[in-house]
Amino acid sequence: MRIYLARRLAQALLVLLGVSFIVFFILYLTGDPVLILLPPDASAEDVQKFREAMGFNDPFIVQYGRFLAGALRGDFGQSVRHGEPAFSLVVERMPATFELAGAALLVALGLAIPAGIVSAVRRNTLVDYVSTVVALLGQSMPTFWLGIMLILVFSVQLNLLPSSGRGSLQHLVLPAITLGLFTTARITRLTRSGMLEVLGQDYIRTARAKGVSDPPVVWKHALKNAAIPIVTIVGIELGTLLGGSVITETIFAWPGVGRLSVQAIYNRDYPVVQAAVFLLASTFVLVNLFVDVVYTYLDPRIRLR
Amino acid sequence: MSAETEPARVLLRPPAVRAGLVGPAPIILFIRRLARRRTALFGLVVVMLVVVAALGAPWIAAYDPTEQDITNRLRPPGSPAAAGRAHLLGTDHLGRDILARVLYGARPALMVGFAAVAISGVLGMMVGLVSGYFGGPIDDVFMRLADIQLAFPFILLAIAVIGVLGPSLPVIIVVIGVSSWVVYARVVRGAVLSLREREFVQAAHALGSGDGRVLLRHILPNAFTPWLVVATLDMARVIVIESALSFLGLGVQPPTPTWGGMLADGRVYISTAWWLATFPGLAILVTVLGINLFGDGLRDTLDPRLTL
Repeated sequence: MRIYLARRLAQALLVLLGVSFIVFFILYLTGDPVLILLPPDASAEDVQKFREAMGFNDPFIVQYGRFLAGALRGDFGQSVRHGEPAFSLVVERMPATFELAGAALLVALGLAIPAGIVSAVRRNTLVDYVSTVVALLGQSMPTFWLGIMLILVFSVQLNLLPSSGRGSLQHLVLPAITLGLFTTARITRLTRSGMLEVLGQDYIRTARAKGVSDPPVVWKHALKNAAIPIVTIVGIELGTLLGGSVITETIFAWPGVGRLSVQAIYNRDYPVVQAAVFLLASTFVLVNLFVDVVYTYLDPRIRLR
Repeated sequence: MSAETEPARVLLRPPAVRAGLVGPAPIILFIRRLARRRTALFGLVVVMLVVVAALGAPWIAAYDPTEQDITNRLRPPGSPAAAGRAHLLGTDHLGRDILARVLYGARPALMVGFAAVAISGVLGMMVGLVSGYFGGPIDDVFMRLADIQLAFPFILLAIAVIGVLGPSLPVIIVVIGVSSWVVYARVVRGAVLSLREREFVQAAHALGSGDGRVLLRHILPNAFTPWLVVATLDMARVIVIESALSFLGLGVQPPTPTWGGMLADGRVYISTAWWLATFPGLAILVTVLGINLFGDGLRDTLDPRLTL
């Protein structure tokens, strides 16, 4: 068990190292970062001086080493646009992104698990068909279109909910539904198929044969076993949610990391882009590490590997 | 195979097949089984229609998709126009025919879809084959690379790289293609892990086949089925990503019509002209739904155990 966790931790660190390399490489891809970081009217002499000062004349590996050392201290350089440290700009917006991703996950789990269970228990009934079709539509609908349609109906036509900004709970409703829909659809389908598989197992038949009535069989015996794949997918889906927040935040003018990074890309503000990509990727790695730990408690078979 | 060798090949078939005791070829069986799934068939028809729309856009559309007509801007669907023509889905803020733009918009979507899936599919297939077959340190390296790839929020990484390199069709295809190999690699690797222990693979080794031959002739054909299912379903994902990039202004650039670009334009007029954003979105939804239905059917027919 302890060995397993230590190995997982080492893997996570290795992944973070790889992430840092790719994030560094993004700026390297631009060719000459100086031309981006300096204003266009900078003189040739200034460019040369800046290049020397920033160490852009050093070999690739030295530059990467310096970037990594900075990243570990939370130093990604100054934002070209805002003149503030890129790291703190991104960190300031993290709570908004987590709030949105968390709300979307709650929407997804709150809708998907009951829908998946009912679908599996009442297999081939009208409820099952409706939930399957809705899940399929949800999986095929592009987030940004759903967001715009929700604004059209609930903000423009019905004037019920605000279409942009953050603050009250009302502000959270449309973005959370928009961001959560794809995940809802996936978890619904996964819960349904997982429950169907578990309900067909011998131990469920045994429980039924021993006279356990229907609700406890579903809730105590079946769901506990069907929960294992759901926990895994929640970790992976969180990555989808953090990444998907780029689009959702743009549509609803949600002041989070996603919107910040899209603006930073338009402004060629690469220190901010690097900090944002690195922090979101690190969050994803840490969440999945946590999920794996939870997993070992849920499924004792993992511990023995 | 030439005509002279044909009889010899027939003789080599098992006696039961020669006597007609065994049913039709697997491919025929497969098509029959797939055809029985009505939803999969429906999905296939939808996809075919989208392909026809993309290829036949110049003949189907009554208007040029970039032709502006400022006097006829923001006309609602069904508005009559000069010369007995009509704007069936209305016009946009520059007076361009939305139906024509939706039809032409299928082109970049499908092009990016096919090309990016081809790149990531081939990359993932190669990684999966090598990783699963040789195992050990090679496998470790590839699987850690996969973890690194998965750690990135995909859209954010794509827009960062495209923002740096500049948006163009080849850049978009390569960026999506190169960063989507992980699913393929994992599925193929899983298949290879069980295949390499099978008798026919061991028999091939015993008969003196080298690793390359075993991989290409014996393992690859058997790992192809799960790969095909992944490729189909991944195509849906890629089309959504292409339109998301266009929506953010980082896709194929104007004046080429893209569904995502039309949506971004339509968003501005959402309170006055709903049709601008509605129809391109429906086009994406229908295309992606069609591919998903077909992919689900393909999976259930070919490999019901595959969990995707």
